[in-house]
Amino acid sequence: MKIGLVLRDLHREERELARELLHTAERHKTSHDIHHLALDLADWSHRHIRELAELAERYDVALDPEPDDGPGPVGRLREKGSEIIGRRSEAGRRGDAGLLLLRDLRRICQQASAVSVDWELVAQAAQATSDDQLLDLAQRCHPDTLRQLRWANAELKETSPQVLTS
Amino acid sequence: MRRVDRIAEPWGTRTPYARGEKWPVRVDTFLAESIGAEHPDRWVRSASVLHSNGDALDIAVKDGRIVGVRGRAEDRVNHGRLDPKDLYGWQAGASPDRLTRPLVRRDGRLVETDWDTAMDHIVARTKELLRDQGPSAIGFYTTGQLFLEEYYTLSLIARGGLGTNHLDGNTRLCTATAAEALKQSFACDGQPGSYTDIDHADVIALFGHNVAETQPVQWMRILDRLAGPEPPALICVDPRPTPVARAAAVHLAPRPGTNVALMNGLLHEIIGNGWTDAEYITRHTVGFDELERRVKEYPPERAAEICDVPAEEIRRAARALGTCERLVSTVLQGFYQSHQATAAAVQVNNLHLVRGMLGRPGCGLLQMNGQPTAQNTRECGADGDLPGFRNWADDAQVADLARLWNIDPSRIPHYGPPTHAMKMFRYAEQGSLRMLWVTGTNPAVSLPELSRIRSVLSQERLFLIVQDLFPTETTELADVVLPAAGWAEKTGTFTNADRTVHLSEKAVDPPGRARPDLDIFLDYARRMDLRDKDGAPLVKWHDPESAFEAWKECSRGRPCDYIGLSYDRLRGGSGIQWPCDAEHPDGTERLYSGGAFWSDPDYCESYGRDLVTGAPVEPTEYRAMNPYGKAVIKSAGYLPPHEQPDGDHPFLLTTGRTLYHFHTRTKTARAPQLQAAAPEMWVEISTGDASELGVMEGDLVEVSTPRGSVRAKARVSGIRDGVLFLPFHYGYWDIDEGPEADEAHGRAANELTLTDWDAASKQPLYKTAAARLRRIRAQDGSPAPAPTTAASAPLGAGVPETRGGQAAEADEDVRGMPPTEGDT
Repeated sequence: MKIGLVLRDLHREERELARELLHTAERHKTSHDIHHLALDLADWSHRHIRELAELAERYDVALDPEPDDGPGPVGRLREKGSEIIGRRSEAGRRGDAGLLLLRDLRRICQQASAVSVDWELVAQAAQATSDDQLLDLAQRCHPDTLRQLRWANAELKETSPQVLTS
Repeated sequence: MRRVDRIAEPWGTRTPYARGEKWPVRVDTFLAESIGAEHPDRWVRSASVLHSNGDALDIAVKDGRIVGVRGRAEDRVNHGRLDPKDLYGWQAGASPDRLTRPLVRRDGRLVETDWDTAMDHIVARTKELLRDQGPSAIGFYTTGQLFLEEYYTLSLIARGGLGTNHLDGNTRLCTATAAEALKQSFACDGQPGSYTDIDHADVIALFGHNVAETQPVQWMRILDRLAGPEPPALICVDPRPTPVARAAAVHLAPRPGTNVALMNGLLHEIIGNGWTDAEYITRHTVGFDELERRVKEYPPERAAEICDVPAEEIRRAARALGTCERLVSTVLQGFYQSHQATAAAVQVNNLHLVRGMLGRPGCGLLQMNGQPTAQNTRECGADGDLPGFRNWADDAQVADLARLWNIDPSRIPHYGPPTHAMKMFRYAEQGSLRMLWVTGTNPAVSLPELSRIRSVLSQERLFLIVQDLFPTETTELADVVLPAAGWAEKTGTFTNADRTVHLSEKAVDPPGRARPDLDIFLDYARRMDLRDKDGAPLVKWHDPESAFEAWKECSRGRPCDYIGLSYDRLRGGSGIQWPCDAEHPDGTERLYSGGAFWSDPDYCESYGRDLVTGAPVEPTEYRAMNPYGKAVIKSAGYLPPHEQPDGDHPFLLTTGRTLYHFHTRTKTARAPQLQAAAPEMWVEISTGDASELGVMEGDLVEVSTPRGSVRAKARVSGIRDGVLFLPFHYGYWDIDEGPEADEAHGRAANELTLTDWDAASKQPLYKTAAARLRRIRAQDGSPAPAPTTAASAPLGAGVPETRGGQAAEADEDVRGMPPTEGDT
């Protein structure tokens, strides 16, 4: 049985996604919608991480139920910096925050895709082993991942024309 | 005939009527004292513009000046009645401080100039930006107060001419959630119900809708039902003791920001008790199972805990909503400007869907508008949708619009949703939006977090054009100011919150060189030399009526079909409801009769959005979910607001309006009766909180949030504990010191509000922020300048009642005779 391996991978990827979301929230504090949504969506990943850790015990896999992405002193500094950069008005710096946002959203898209694939693997394995509990978890969490992915993708679509043509 | 002080008695004399009867006629008239016993030279047809109700009226003209107004007896909306703003507001037009000449900024100062200079300056800047950056550099921020013909022209110029995606209205602040909630549930905008549903209802539920102050004539209709036999029961959801709350059978005063939890609690009871129409649900909706699952998580006890209202009251309200036979629901800013706006408003739609209460007399759903012409902003594609409720995500619909405009479809930006206002201001803040043309609105007072907005608008690199009637806080920041003609100084049509179209004709000349907005847009298009793909002028009309005829073609076959209307028809009778086409030559009273919706994937205006993330639903997803064009039931869980009270900021701050003012008071402060009724800023605080903080009626207090602070007198009222209310009307134009004079404490409520918006409707939050309150001093012992007639009524004794005196006396002529109309 290699299900434990997939759970471990998924847990790692989900933590990475949460980290990306939180960092994006910190970096784009003055893009208020991005800031708030990224924080909200990071919470979804945190919930997944907790539930995964709980269930993984049955597969003798020890996973940390806590995310490793608290803002910490460095994060808070970054947040402050993003407020200053985000509002700066010198024409020379224009676009930097926009390009940075596109990069961050792109990373979230990629990371959410990775998580999505892992949930698919987990769901397949759960069905093959008739593990209802695991299947239930995948069925509850995977739609969240897809919504995270669609959000980042939609923001990219909406913002990129402005950033790339200005 | 009765003379009534309509400041003291805003809703006037009762004319009771029974269920199913016609609402009696009462003709309200207010004429200037100057006219004496003489008669006006003529009466000119129009409707009211200081709210969304669309009260039909005639304007009295004598010697080339407006001298008064009179309600139109035969109109379906008001049956002759007018509200205080209708009665007195017109006086503002003749104020001596109107803008009468274009202004341009030279060496940092606005100086008078002529139209050629101002327009050529705008055109030169536009062309320069198009060359340097392209259409993404240019944005338009319009209003809910122009006419249909003007929005449609603006929409063509922006979307088809310049090719910018950046066109939105201040309707984003007022009705974006109404539109979005309708699009979520019915895949298309369009008010399902009709005001006549009030005549038939046995329960009327008002969700965050202080109708007594926002649409007083609609409230008169409800009051008259309440005064008659078989009165309806009112259910009121509002944290303030509004006139509606006082008249309600059940008043739920939830903690601001918890509407979704409350709605889920109500739906829990309605579904749990089987008060649903199972056949309707099966035949006409998708998504019910998920709603059923979701609301199971919200038994009244849990909702009660989140909302801080008694569980028993939730049960009582649910029983009334669930067991009545004819339910009218109305929704407004208490939901729209609050946290989880769309999710909450959609649950009201769900209430009607699960009960099968749509499209029948008395089963009316009204997702209200705030502004008089907001419906037209939405229809004409001037606020984040394409004209004629066309779907930007459906290539075939975009191609259809391009055919109509005779341009290549690629010229109409549709690679993403049209840019919403908050995003436009963000682009301006970042410097990628470099020209902003503001028409008929005052963002320097009306947008949230004003210090930020001022800094965005005053940037040197932003070319700001402001087109308005009066000097405002926003014109102060402009590079070019264009003087516009106002209501009664130009001709055009507009549509109220229940789809009633009225014609408003020119009664008097605009002052000085002021011009109608339509003429300004047409002039701009000409000077820009905008062309269609055959090289002909892009804008093919030249006056209001030809613009209306062009719009009719654009609306042909679309849900908001105007094809059966014309200026002549609107002159012949009075208001007519769209859709008005060959099948419905006299208009359509109610939408969605028989459960037929406009939600077919190839026809609908919108595929919807994720209620939490706001991500648009992809076309394929929508087709899979709703292939047969049913209504869509969308559920949502409660999420706490992003900003919540804490030790530092223990209060929940909510903002709103008063009966006597409109927006930033540019008009109502210039109508003496209205201004005297609510002359200054105030703060409402509950008795419990006031006594804890040692605050007495009339004390000067300071309210602050992390964004700023405001000082005003305290009104101790029946508002719920833990909540502060500030009216948002007051800015800086009529006091000597601007906000800069003393940044420490401003006057405008939006110094305090936060920059955050509903993910689906993009409507900013004005009703949920965390604040603290500090008593400054006793001041002069006089009470707060808040009206005593409505939600801001004082609790203690000794506050003189709000009166208008002789200057506010209007005539009321109760005729009792029901009008002839196509009512069912």
